Amino acid sequence: MAEAPTAGSDEGSVDAFLQGGTSLRHAPGPYFGSYGGRWMPESLIAALDELEDTFDKAKADPEFTAQIADLNKNYSGRPSLLTEAKRFAEHAGGVRVFLKREDLNHTGSHKINNVLGQALLAKRMGKTRVIAETGAGQHGVASATAAALLGLECVVYMGAEDCRRQALNVARMELLGATVVPVTNGSQTLKDAINEALRDWVANVGNTHYLLGTAAGAHPFPAMVRYFHEVIGEEAREQILAQVGRLPDAVCACIGGGSNAIGIFHGFLDDPSVKIYGFEAGGDGVDTGRHAATITLGKPGVLHGARSYLMQDDDGQTIESHSISAGLDYPGVGPEHSYLADIGRVSYEPITDSEAMDAFRLLCRTEGIIPAIESSHALAGAIKVGQRLAAEGNASDKIVIVNLSGRGDKDVATAAEWFDLLDKDSAEAAIGKEGEQL
Amino acid sequence: MTSKSAIAIDKARAEGRAALIGYLPAGFPSVEDTIAAGIALARNGADLIEVGIPYSDPVMDGPVIQAATTEALAKGFSVRQVFDVVAGITAETDAAVLVMTYWNPVLRMGVDEFSRRLAEAGGAGLITPDLIPDEAAEWMEASDKYGLDRVFLVAPSSSPERMRRTVEASRGFVYAVSIMGVTGARTSVSTAAQGVVAAAKEAGAERVCVGLGVSNADQVAEIAAYADGVIVGTALVSAIRDGGVDAVASLTKDLSAGLTRK
Repeated sequence: MAEAPTAGSDEGSVDAFLQGGTSLRHAPGPYFGSYGGRWMPESLIAALDELEDTFDKAKADPEFTAQIADLNKNYSGRPSLLTEAKRFAEHAGGVRVFLKREDLNHTGSHKINNVLGQALLAKRMGKTRVIAETGAGQHGVASATAAALLGLECVVYMGAEDCRRQALNVARMELLGATVVPVTNGSQTLKDAINEALRDWVANVGNTHYLLGTAAGAHPFPAMVRYFHEVIGEEAREQILAQVGRLPDAVCACIGGGSNAIGIFHGFLDDPSVKIYGFEAGGDGVDTGRHAATITLGKPGVLHGARSYLMQDDDGQTIESHSISAGLDYPGVGPEHSYLADIGRVSYEPITDSEAMDAFRLLCRTEGIIPAIESSHALAGAIKVGQRLAAEGNASDKIVIVNLSGRGDKDVATAAEWFDLLDKDSAEAAIGKEGEQL
Repeated sequence: MTSKSAIAIDKARAEGRAALIGYLPAGFPSVEDTIAAGIALARNGADLIEVGIPYSDPVMDGPVIQAATTEALAKGFSVRQVFDVVAGITAETDAAVLVMTYWNPVLRMGVDEFSRRLAEAGGAGLITPDLIPDEAAEWMEASDKYGLDRVFLVAPSSSPERMRRTVEASRGFVYAVSIMGVTGARTSVSTAAQGVVAAAKEAGAERVCVGLGVSNADQVAEIAAYADGVIVGTALVSAIRDGGVDAVASLTKDLSAGLTRK
């Protein structure tokens, strides 16, 4: 559990919220308790104001909401399924486990929900160019996809090391018409790609929208990115009520920046009977220093525009994160999650690389579904949650929903290397050793 | 409240010229060099000195300053050493010494504690590139308590309303960003700068200094015609990188030749 915050503790107010009838689902920002805000250069404030204004008007415009609904249905393939995972559930204490199948969306993850929404907003603002950051390439590919669909120029910033390791994702983005810019400064990771995208935005803000990939950053990004992912939680809630006739006992999601998680949590935040869990990347283990367990071990600070939990040293310098999952490998986290942690509404726990990879293989073999390694953190967490629920008795009456945020096709080389499945002389083994994702 | 920055700028004004403000990143190439270069800046015509704290995620900085601060961090620079730099320069010169810092290192130490130590070291105040007045409640309080200047930034994109609020929240001077972009030498200073200065004055600013992209005496002269001070960063960082303290001294001498209003 998170260490007590230094200022503005919101401990205990969750009961007040849930019993007092105040909704947690639609927190508008800019602040979530003492988190969030706009810790940004003045040069970008006008652009954030313009974005906030455009977003507020779009939400209230039936034409915009109809456009989103149409793209979700006829382009992304929504609603995504809610699939019961019966054989997998046997390993989770025998509770019933349902998977929210964001892996079935176009481009293979939840990311498409946010990029379509933001690309539409970019067009509304009359911007002709979008920029994005990407770690492994998932958000970059999704951004390039939305830009191609809507006729926008797209530039993606990606750490130089990631470009080398993810050469095929670079090719994907280029096939979709985007330009990929390798970032060679700082630690050459996702956070430096965000820094470089911000520098581009400052210089080109007149014609450019920064299509941030997660529910972090300066206001209005956290609340806006959540809005575009709320469909996940709303569908899941309706689907479980239709299939089982009641709400689940627990909802599980993985957390990097936290966009898929806040999307599914949204559906259940106001249901006091539903326990909610976010699973962070524990890397080699939280006691090794090589992890991305931001809420578990970080301290509040400001990075990339928001106050939130942050992996930082005693000088306030950002510490590099580590995870087998590129999508969770980020030293910050969205501010709404920091707030939900402090008030105790959501429990955040770390899952190690090894626990995640065990869950990855288990889902492959029990359900015939290859999950993203990111989502495998949620699956590993669900096994623990299921076993805890089962220990309370009546296991088969308990229900757990897991947000299966993405498919694992991109992770096959990493997994094959992890499980030693490749002939050591094969080309694929050479690729896997370099961390390539196919 | 007396403001060390205002006194330094007013002294230049009384001499019929704009003030020169020079930036150096602390710990590049070493803490001792930063102190020596700061003293050289002051002795060769700089009225104010801006000491930067190297930070892991400097989103407002271009490649030259990024490379310098990354190197300082790699060599083990720690935030508390900035107070040694400030004390080292103020002990030897009359220049007003400000610290330029991204906000998280200040938050981590504690805003009050950081402010107390800065004041103790003889510092004039803080320049805060990623802190806007909207988020600055704690800093407003601490800067009042310790008598420190609050230098916020205004940009070509700032609305009149934001310009007014930022000017109101500032003490010492207002930092006018000359261009929509990051730090780095540019061949010409954007024409936007003069508009930003005019807007800040319109909003009530008594002292407005212009930074970003200024690297030579001609540009200094151009800006000195309409602003109260001229801020030079990247060019000085290149100088200390390539020619050490002597190069800083001679560049400062060149730059200061542009200050006198024609």
